[in-house]
Amino acid sequence: MASVESDIFEIIAEKAAVARDKIVGTASLQELEIESLDVVEIIFAVEEKFDIHVPFNANDQELEFDTVSDVVKAVEALIAESGGAA
Amino acid sequence: MNRVVITGLGVISAAGHNAADFWGKISNGRSSIGEITTIPTDTLTVKIGAEVAGFEPQEYFEKRQLGMLDRFSQFGLIAAREAISDSGISFEGEAGERAASVIGSGVGGQTTLDDSYWTIYAEKKSRVHPFTVPRLMINAATSHITMEHGIKGPAYSIASACSSANHAMGQAFLMVRSGMVDAAVTGGAEATITVGTMKGWEALRVMANDTCRPFSKGRTGMVLGEGSAVFVFEMLEKAKARGAQIYAEVVGHGLSSDAMDITLPDAGGAARAIAGALKDGGMNPEDITYVNAHGTGTAANDVTETRALKQVFGHHAGSLAVSSTKSMVGHALGAAGALEMAAVVLGMRDNIIPPTANYVEPDPHCDLDYVPNDPREMQIDAAISNSFAFGGLNAVMALKRFV
Repeated sequence: MASVESDIFEIIAEKAAVARDKIVGTASLQELEIESLDVVEIIFAVEEKFDIHVPFNANDQELEFDTVSDVVKAVEALIAESGGAA
Repeated sequence: MNRVVITGLGVISAAGHNAADFWGKISNGRSSIGEITTIPTDTLTVKIGAEVAGFEPQEYFEKRQLGMLDRFSQFGLIAAREAISDSGISFEGEAGERAASVIGSGVGGQTTLDDSYWTIYAEKKSRVHPFTVPRLMINAATSHITMEHGIKGPAYSIASACSSANHAMGQAFLMVRSGMVDAAVTGGAEATITVGTMKGWEALRVMANDTCRPFSKGRTGMVLGEGSAVFVFEMLEKAKARGAQIYAEVVGHGLSSDAMDITLPDAGGAARAIAGALKDGGMNPEDITYVNAHGTGTAANDVTETRALKQVFGHHAGSLAVSSTKSMVGHALGAAGALEMAAVVLGMRDNIIPPTANYVEPDPHCDLDYVPNDPREMQIDAAISNSFAFGGLNAVMALKRFV
């Protein structure tokens, strides 16, 4: 699933205007200064790229995505669930 | 400066097709949020709303007239008829020229737009209904109201997303207060529960999937509503001269712009609008009994609005009764401020504060008295009604019990 990870890194870099080399799995979205509207746009791009539905609500008070790898793991799980390969 | 009073009101919403039904539910804390039934929901992830259910347009309009009316204009016309009849005001002769109409709507004829796109892009037809343009324009509701009642003075529509109705009613208030007109028919009308619009809201990731729980812990966002509320604002002397009933007095209007972010709210901007309404109404913070909150049920709004209220009201914030009636009739966008004003005005008449329904438990970041779940018997001497729109455009109305 390495390609899923690198695709997601690319999407985050582009949508949130963050330098690609700063994006590592352990980086928190907050540290990368990714705002809530950036997250909404990132999720949209991820859904389009992998043809999946990510059940994400910006109002969830316990945000499920703290780090970049949280996003990658969630997407990998959703891809596996939908039975598709990226 | 003239004193401005409310002499008539009309409402159509998820809580029923007239003001009495609306108030019957709202004053008892009954939520009208439920499964969406007026559009196909198979492609939607959010399937709940606050719809005007059981609505048969042909009961209100002749077939020929209906061809010209988008759903939002129908709602506006129905609420205006009820308000004008309730007020007993006449727009015959010169009175019509001395009357204004300002109706707020966030987006206008969405049903018409959605249907015509479907016709062209999905059904691949080459033409749409000939009245597509006059149906969808945002000023259609205002124009039809002027035509039906002979209102010949200043008339226009206002679009400022979720603040549209408060901006519209604010304009009407200023015109009557200044003496530019003797009366105004004003409020908001909206009907945006279409597949296309729902898709847009879903994509923003701010919609609740269960229900709308403003200020409560566990809230998951807003629920779309629809409908209209319309009022007759009248110069006090004119209302007295004709022996009209008076519901309440409109005393202040406060406006501001956040100049910050297109979707995120700002406490400073909200506070400036609230403080502006109090100042315009010649009131001190301690004079206010009740706040009908913007209270959308999103994480961002409810915390920011709480902060803004504390900023303006200081130690008195804890004594305010604050509630969000969006918990019962959803967020009707450009009609929201008008539905909320109806809740304030009827609450003043009956000494009842409508509650915030669907409240589960306190959120530590929202620590005011939100009148959770049960209505409260209490005399409302003065109240404000808040609207804070996407785009950072804020408008607040201040009202007083008429004595």
